[in-house]
Amino acid sequence: MHKIIATKELAPKIKLFQVHAPNIAAKAKPGQFIILILDEKGERIPLTIAGFDDKKGTLSFAFNEVGKTTKQLGCYKEGDNISSIVGPLGNPSEIRKFGHVLCVGGGVMIAPLCLQIRALREAGNKITAVLGARKEDLLIFEQEVKRISNEFYVATDDGSKGFEGLDFLKTLVRTKKFQRVVVMGPVVTMKAVSEITKQYNIPTIVTLTPIMVDGMGMCGVCRVTVANETRFACIDGPEFEGHQVDFEELVNRQRMFLPEERTSSLLWEHLEGACHEKA
Amino acid sequence: MKKLRSKPKIKKESISMPKQKPEVRKKNFKEVALGYTEGQAIAEAERCLQCPKPQCVEGCPVEIDIPAFIRLLLERKFDEAIEKIKEKNSLPAICGRVCPQEEQCQQHCVMGKAGDPINIGRLERFAADYEMKRKAGTHSKQATNGKKIAVIGGGPAGLTAAADLAKLGYKVVIFEALHKLGGVLVYGIPEFRLPKKIVAAEVDYVKKLGVDVKPNALIGRLFTIPELLNNGFDAVFIGTGAGLPRFLRLPGENFGGIYSANEFLIRVNLMKSYAFPSYDTPIRIGNEVAVIGAGNVAMDSARSALRLGAEKVSIVYRRSKEEMPARAEEIENAEEEGIIFRLLTNPTRFLGDEKGWVKQMECLQMQLGEPDESGRRRPIPIKNSEFFIDIDTAIIAVGRTPNPIIQRTTRGLETTKWGTIVVNEISMETGLKGVYAGGDIVTGEATVISAMGAGKRAARAIHEYLHRKIRAC
Ligand SMILES: Cc1cc2nc3c(=O)[nH]c(=O)nc-3n(C[C@H](O)[C@H](O)[C@H](O)COP(=O)(O)OP(=O)(O)OC[C@H]3O[C@@H](n4cnc5c(N)ncnc54)[C@H](O)[C@@H]3O)c2cc1C
Ligand SMILES: Cc1cc2nc3c(=O)[nH]c(=O)nc-3n(C[C@H](O)[C@H](O)[C@H](O)COP(=O)(O)OP(=O)(O)OC[C@H]3O[C@@H](n4cnc5c(N)ncnc54)[C@H](O)[C@@H]3O)c2cc1C
Ligand code: SF4
Ligand code: SF4
Ligand code: FES
Repeated sequence: MHKIIATKELAPKIKLFQVHAPNIAAKAKPGQFIILILDEKGERIPLTIAGFDDKKGTLSFAFNEVGKTTKQLGCYKEGDNISSIVGPLGNPSEIRKFGHVLCVGGGVMIAPLCLQIRALREAGNKITAVLGARKEDLLIFEQEVKRISNEFYVATDDGSKGFEGLDFLKTLVRTKKFQRVVVMGPVVTMKAVSEITKQYNIPTIVTLTPIMVDGMGMCGVCRVTVANETRFACIDGPEFEGHQVDFEELVNRQRMFLPEERTSSLLWEHLEGACHEKA
Repeated sequence: MKKLRSKPKIKKESISMPKQKPEVRKKNFKEVALGYTEGQAIAEAERCLQCPKPQCVEGCPVEIDIPAFIRLLLERKFDEAIEKIKEKNSLPAICGRVCPQEEQCQQHCVMGKAGDPINIGRLERFAADYEMKRKAGTHSKQATNGKKIAVIGGGPAGLTAAADLAKLGYKVVIFEALHKLGGVLVYGIPEFRLPKKIVAAEVDYVKKLGVDVKPNALIGRLFTIPELLNNGFDAVFIGTGAGLPRFLRLPGENFGGIYSANEFLIRVNLMKSYAFPSYDTPIRIGNEVAVIGAGNVAMDSARSALRLGAEKVSIVYRRSKEEMPARAEEIENAEEEGIIFRLLTNPTRFLGDEKGWVKQMECLQMQLGEPDESGRRRPIPIKNSEFFIDIDTAIIAVGRTPNPIIQRTTRGLETTKWGTIVVNEISMETGLKGVYAGGDIVTGEATVISAMGAGKRAARAIHEYLHRKIRAC
């Protein structure tokens, strides 16, 4: 059992939770993730670690309410318990001095990216951060990231704030000399950025989020094709070199259970209503 | 001299065990084999010759005193019978169900020379189930000797090592990466062959012995082995199993609808997706399912797919029926339920539709050649024999390799090129002091009972090691 210490709505349908998990907090590193189960009948869902406090024994993660489990989690309040959390899972991000690093974050993944930016900054890197969202009100962690980066840009799909789309990155990447690029966000974002940086041969690290079950190498559902080889994202990743990733396959595989996920989500909304008060 | 009185003649045939009918059981996940009634158990026990030098015991990897427990059954001393078994085996309800008895205890039984061997497994199961029904239990125990042992992995190897060490007075903590204990017993072997409440009851028994259980603890990530040793544990036992699925490495293997047997079984058993959407974890099963492989895991997958509603399920195997590694009983069960066997058939690639979902499997027809190093006749492809099978689901059940996280995160732990951990065969000790290993992580995929045997030997070795240590200082 893990008690929820604090909850915060970062944007509509995006929440940041802080939970009590002292052992995991003591071990967590940027880039790693956890898998949680809400209750006896719950599924195992992976979420990237967005912060940890060794002293207080807390761990935080941000999530998007997209389906049954994340919607249900979104109804949880301070003081509620999450049945299981396992972690830290996956390999930590490589943190050392690279030079000038471009960090691109999209959607909910900006929260864990912020953690990585902080570590990269502490390791002596110069940071250019680019944050993206579908539209202005969905942008999260803007102030936090801005504060810790050397250069800062915003882009939205509809142009409601900052640049419209990611096209401007082409110029940015051409004119600045980045030693490394880190992208965390939706697959389309990771794919688009990888395509741009490929022309300039800049190492580009993406965090892959295929469907997972155990998260420790036992089921193989998280398999992704990287450099024409099958790898398990949970134990070989989740970070990979973006230029080598078969993104199309990843997208197909993420959609494998779409009809079932919809059923699950609809049923939950109809039977449980939205967040009804717990007795 | 006393004249020998003629004894009543012993029946050559064993008492058969009632099973759910194939037509009924293929639509549910309830246990297929229903177990002996008291009368049936007694009748079967009567067949045992009570050999003075019982061969059967030699066939049992944990050396249960088989004639003694059968005698106690015969005398209707059921509680004592189960105690007798538990002297050697802490998980009898499980072994009675899933041990390959026909190759172990029962293969050695002398009655097998004249007729059917004694159905030792079924008797063991009867005794264990009897106890469970009556909820006769062990009293909680207290660790007494002040030493602490960490057991990594809550499968049969870990549970057995933990139980034995607890009985010896150690404080034992099991660290299990998943949210439930039991290893393959809970995530792999399906409900209809081994009900999960039985596994839970056996785990409870181990807990009652005073063993502390920590689920959701992935060792290597949460704590490393040196950290355990530096934080109060006097010894460590690694029983992490062989849970990494092997794939065929064929083109198209990452299309949707292609599961590893492990993924499929974890979803169905551990996550109970057969009850989706009441349980949250989804599973998609199509109409035409091909299961590649012919071991126990393949049979379990095929029979589960059928129960989930697939119309046509086939086992695709590149050798012939004789070479199939699954237990005879499981093959028979699968046949009775209507699983199709496509033998001498080897897949060469998968084809998908525009959405990336599998739709066909290309195969080659095979023939058998000379025996290979495994002693089985080698399958050789027949030239130009390519053909296609229409499928919408494939389950790859061609073996599993060791779980790698401990090996990757423990410096100095010696491994083989297959990723198994190297131990001294007698002491079960790894190259690292105070670190022992056993079960599938050492042998590669084997059986429940051999993993338990390894757990037992390791417990004994740890006990000796710590005694040595105690005496030395
Ligand atoms: C290593 C890893 C780290 C992740 N970190 C985060 C995170 O920090 N914050 C966050 O909000 N989400 C994260 N995800 C995605 C998150 O796990 C899924 O959003 C979640 O499982 C959805 O569960 P659900 O029941 O609410 O929705 P579902 O009903 O399962 O899915 C709803 C929708 O989400 C898509 N989806 C399902 N599973 C995934 C997945 N694994 N990745 C991407 N899309 C998926 C489905 O295609 C569907 O469209 C991560 C995934 C992985 C593998
Ligand atoms: C589908 C299937 C059917 C089978 N049927 C039979 C049968 O009928 N009869 C038979 O005798 N055998 C059968 N077997 C084989 C048998 O189940 C195994 O040989 C046996 O379970 C091995 O036991 P173990 O304790 O070594 O490993 P496992 O049972 O694999 O248990 C290992 C445990 O360690 C945990 N673990 C792994 N890594 C870590 C870590 N780093 N930290 C913490 N925990 C960790 C795992 O989650 C797992 O719970 C079957 C196997 C399968 C897959
Ligand atoms: S544990 Fe297995 S081998 Fe031993 S007596 Fe029981 S069924 Fe036979
Ligand atoms: S060998 Fe067979 S008959 Fe003899 S004691 Fe063992 S079970 Fe009984
Ligand atoms: S999630 Fe199961 S192997 Fe990666």
